[in-house]
Amino acid sequence: MVVNGLLLGAAVVSLFPLLWMASVSLMGPGEASTFPPPLMPRDASLGNYRELFAHGGMAGYVANSVMLTAAVTLVSLTINVAAGYAFAKLEFTARDRIFKLLLGALVIPAQVAMVPLFLLLKQLGLVNTYGGVIVPAAASIFGIFLVRQYALSIPNDLLEAARIDGASEFRIFRSVIVPTLKPIIVTLAVFTVLGTWNDFMWPLIVLSDQELYTLPVALASLSREHVQDPELMMAGAVLTTLPVLFVFLILQRHYIDGLTAGSVKE
Amino acid sequence: MTARGAAWLFVAPALLVVGVFFFVPVLAGFALSLTDFDLYALADLGNLRLVGLRNYARLLTTPLFWQALGNTLYFVVAGVPLSIAVSLGTALLLHSRLVRFRAFFRTALFTPVVTTLVAVAVIWRYLFDTRYGWLNYALGALGAPPVDWLGDPRWAMPAIIVFAVWKSFGYNMIILLAGLQSIPAELYEAARIDGASACRQFRHITLPMLTPVGVMVSILTIAGYFQLFAEPYVMTQGGPLQSTVSVLYFMYEEGFKWWNLGAASAVAVMLFILIFALTVVQLCLVRWQSAA
Repeated sequence: MVVNGLLLGAAVVSLFPLLWMASVSLMGPGEASTFPPPLMPRDASLGNYRELFAHGGMAGYVANSVMLTAAVTLVSLTINVAAGYAFAKLEFTARDRIFKLLLGALVIPAQVAMVPLFLLLKQLGLVNTYGGVIVPAAASIFGIFLVRQYALSIPNDLLEAARIDGASEFRIFRSVIVPTLKPIIVTLAVFTVLGTWNDFMWPLIVLSDQELYTLPVALASLSREHVQDPELMMAGAVLTTLPVLFVFLILQRHYIDGLTAGSVKE
Repeated sequence: MTARGAAWLFVAPALLVVGVFFFVPVLAGFALSLTDFDLYALADLGNLRLVGLRNYARLLTTPLFWQALGNTLYFVVAGVPLSIAVSLGTALLLHSRLVRFRAFFRTALFTPVVTTLVAVAVIWRYLFDTRYGWLNYALGALGAPPVDWLGDPRWAMPAIIVFAVWKSFGYNMIILLAGLQSIPAELYEAARIDGASACRQFRHITLPMLTPVGVMVSILTIAGYFQLFAEPYVMTQGGPLQSTVSVLYFMYEEGFKWWNLGAASAVAVMLFILIFALTVVQLCLVRWQSAA
């Protein structure tokens, strides 16, 4: 029972900050700043949430995050799935050399490109617009790689049969490939949704108008102003992180499969 | 349309985006680091001059850059082994045959990984509070004096490390757990028949079989830990006494606060070279080990 006891302890440490966040978000102003630190609100209320929506501009930040996450996910899924399939199953000049180049570039941290990318987007008039977040995220090497690895297992006979029936390449893609790739598409969608929603550094750099802020950027800025209001900030943290927790809990099998697929089974 | 033409249409959007918005900026970053690109050049490109390696020379004589590098190395050297140790420990616990509710524990321990970094950094800032924070309250119950976690230059980086390990250990735990599950059971069976103790089985079967996954985990974790940014941005703003300024935090301030974009590019290039060199060293070590 030592094993179960240790795991229980680890689970408490992992979940306590999140449960505490939810509890404090329901407390009245100043209630969390007492000793000993309270676990449960005396008188639970949604006042902090109301305050954030009424005076914190929260509705706008939620809308920005939802919109940007949806846009990046839709666009990048389309582009990455098409490319991943082509790298796995279609012939074109220098295919394998291009793919090796992309793989090699996986080791380059995105931050290396941030300063020049900012200047490039400024030239294109995309700084301080939603486009500045969406356009650079419209394709990802990791996404292409993930889809390609999965698409390699599609039998060539399936494609040949469809071609003999006279189906065009686009028709084959739409009605044969996409349904076959569905599991990896769901996995990649979960990765993209979580990654885009949680992203901080790039939106912080490229969005300067407060009206365009995503939730993490807005929360970071609010938390600098409201250091003394833990209750209000915990409500902000709940709004920022609860949506992705839900997505994860519902689709966790796909997420965890994706993590292990790329790493262990070579 | 030919199949070959269609293939190009399938890859063209991806190659265009990755090429224009990743490869070009990466290469431009090297070029930019050789210029004095600043606020004046931002207004009028006529003010841009090539300065050779002067940005690098200036950085190497800037005390804050060295401090940022030192802080980041502290974070990596202390944080990565601790994080992998926790990941391995929890993976072994989850792998044990004695576990009940395995699925629940796996999900619970993994949950911090998918939370929003900024949101949980805000939570931990209050958990680290000297007077009302739960961490000091719990330590106080064990008889320890209160620590000014985020206000004391000696404790701010350890606090950030504790937070980062909490946030990220679940990721490697899942990968190491998959590695453990892929070790053939017959190996343990044979060892047991030969009378090997659990300890010896761990040293002579589990660890060697886990090495390939372990190497990958350590390379990715080191690269990830070098990219420390949001934690100090939210929790300490680089303070106290700049004890939590990381290389990326320094780059961000240099580039997007003071608009010294040439110097900021030089910082990015050096960070990249550092990560790249460490990756190569680790791969060489592994090759050398397996050859020996």
